[in-house]
Amino acid sequence: MLKTYRYPKFAYDTPHELRRDAQALIASTARVAEGPPPYPVVIVGAGPVGMSCAIDLQQQGIAALLIDEDDTVSIGSRGVCYAKRTLEILDRLGVGEQVGRKGVSWHVGRTFFREHEIYRFNLLPEPGHERPAMINLQQYYLEEYLQQRCAEAGVQMRWKQRADSVEVHADHVVLHIRSPEGPYALKAAWLVVADGARSPIRRQMGLEVEGRVFSDRFLIADVVMKADFPAERWFWFDPPFHPNQSVLLHRQADQVWRIDFQLGWDADPEEEKKPEKVIPRIRAMLGEERAFELEWVSVYTFQCRRMPRLVHGRVVFAGDAAHQVSPFGARGANSGIQDAENLAWKLARVIHGYSPPQLLESYDQERGAAADENILNSTRSTDFITPKSPISRMFRNATLDLARHFSFAQRMVNSGRLSIPTHYVDSPLNTADQAGEHFQTVLQPGSPIPDAPLRRNGEPLWLLRVLRQSFALLVAAETAASRHTPKASSALAALANWAAASRVQLLLISPVAPASVSQVSAEKGLCPSVEILSGAGHHAAGEIPSGANPCCEGATSSDAVAGYPPEVYLDTEGLVRERFDLHPGTAYLLRPDQHIAARFRQPEPRVLTEALQRSCGWVSVRVSEHAT
Amino acid sequence: MGECESLGACHLKTLRLTPNFHLGEEPAKGSTEASDRFYDMLIGAHRTLSEPQSHAFNARLILILANHIGDLEVLREALQAAGESQAAER
Repeated sequence: MLKTYRYPKFAYDTPHELRRDAQALIASTARVAEGPPPYPVVIVGAGPVGMSCAIDLQQQGIAALLIDEDDTVSIGSRGVCYAKRTLEILDRLGVGEQVGRKGVSWHVGRTFFREHEIYRFNLLPEPGHERPAMINLQQYYLEEYLQQRCAEAGVQMRWKQRADSVEVHADHVVLHIRSPEGPYALKAAWLVVADGARSPIRRQMGLEVEGRVFSDRFLIADVVMKADFPAERWFWFDPPFHPNQSVLLHRQADQVWRIDFQLGWDADPEEEKKPEKVIPRIRAMLGEERAFELEWVSVYTFQCRRMPRLVHGRVVFAGDAAHQVSPFGARGANSGIQDAENLAWKLARVIHGYSPPQLLESYDQERGAAADENILNSTRSTDFITPKSPISRMFRNATLDLARHFSFAQRMVNSGRLSIPTHYVDSPLNTADQAGEHFQTVLQPGSPIPDAPLRRNGEPLWLLRVLRQSFALLVAAETAASRHTPKASSALAALANWAAASRVQLLLISPVAPASVSQVSAEKGLCPSVEILSGAGHHAAGEIPSGANPCCEGATSSDAVAGYPPEVYLDTEGLVRERFDLHPGTAYLLRPDQHIAARFRQPEPRVLTEALQRSCGWVSVRVSEHAT
Repeated sequence: MGECESLGACHLKTLRLTPNFHLGEEPAKGSTEASDRFYDMLIGAHRTLSEPQSHAFNARLILILANHIGDLEVLREALQAAGESQAAER
């Protein structure tokens, strides 16, 4: 029982399959394995990854069924640091405000070696982003908010039900579940496995995880105390109060402070968890006079490893079930939530029939690359923090000594390389830049886009908030001088027609209006007169293996036209232009997960259609059909 | 700080103590990737060596790098910087 938090209890309900009327029905219609799959997606594991995935699917019109063997949230604070990109995803899922309000935002990290502070870093000196670099929040709060949002979004949640085994078939899976009222089976077209590092389903399927186990133990202690320390990350190498080991201090919500002590491999985990062992360690660190109460204690070891493949037919692995990292760098929960986001839009498209199942191969490629990047970074941090040989320790300490004096060595100090999103530069969904087109920006096809402030009708907005989890075309409007040329107008009209026909959200980014032109008239002046072509998806006719409407969201002519009228936004601080290196007429095609699919200095419908089809997973299908 | 910003301005006249590890031609501003990769290479090079072998390896490495730098003024400053930052040694 925690002093600052009361665990919610989620009710067990008799599952549909065990209700008497349903059983009679099943009995009368032969075995459960026959007939059409009743559930489009079943997600096992109601942690941050499973719940994020469920909400995302539900928001995209796919009913998600979530199963968890427990009936409450995370026991203990566990994942603590949520990075900017994760917060942006949580905004889209509808829990960002709560997390932001309850969490503790921080951006300064301080590093100590023995008695001395050796340097400090500042994570986000750059203005013009809605979300901070990092928020600290106990995992149970995040899970509570996500669970509430699941309920609101209509996710079907089944608590106290354990997925015992899975039978994998070509076009569905059968899941055998144990409930408090007995076992039952259900069929699902797709199974998302987010059941954590020990993943019972991964084991039951006999799938390997490859990588390194580190021979070290760490103690986590959550303490409640009134302290006026600022909200900063403090990291000690070899401090006087805990010699030869490392210590990390983080502030969380409710005046709870998180302390991680490195213990070494020889430590006895059960012994180390006892308050009579833990309290003296904390007292040595905080001083005799500071009052504190112990909230939660745990001892952990960790692995840096991943499954060679994340997709196994109709079974997709995400989060810790698929890959594990050391805690240094906060790359566990952050990368898991990014898995969920990457998977959700692809799975939704496949289930809706807008994309072929092969689109999920790109999940394996993109999130596999992300897992490799996270494992590499967290392994390097671990090697620096816990040197494995005397010579490695000597170099580590030499780096720390030099860091007190010289900035080059400060950059080499590695107490955790904090989670940043992966740029999917090798993704099969990317369209390479056109020959001769150059972009002076760190962004590439596959990169996540940065946030930036905008204004529309006088109202301040954020770029990432105006995107509507569909494909979007971001177009730089002509400058005031060239705006009214017939050529520019007809080019824009062609893009607007394309976006409308392709059901792609169209955003026009306008430079700040000159002083002589009022904002309203500047926005009006940018709206071209557009003749909307009838018949969505006409551009794709005959090009696609099945279905006439491959990339568009299955819209009928009575639906609102997505690309029209174009949404015009003023780039009030010029940061969109700067961050995307926009020239007049430049267009970026953005995926539903806010990564760049393609970009063009001179966009035209033909190349945009090709890029959109590739990003929807159609192009690689055609290639493989030719190959076989 | 008196640390040279552009390579042209200092051109190995003085010892460089600002971040300088880079993957391509330009030092990556604010990125730790290049220095992390070097550190990884360095520790990796020692992984299979005994302690005396490691010391000998380090000595050879210093001599190779010193010859590459060549400029005695820079090397004198490097020796001094290494000596000055000894303070935290136990």
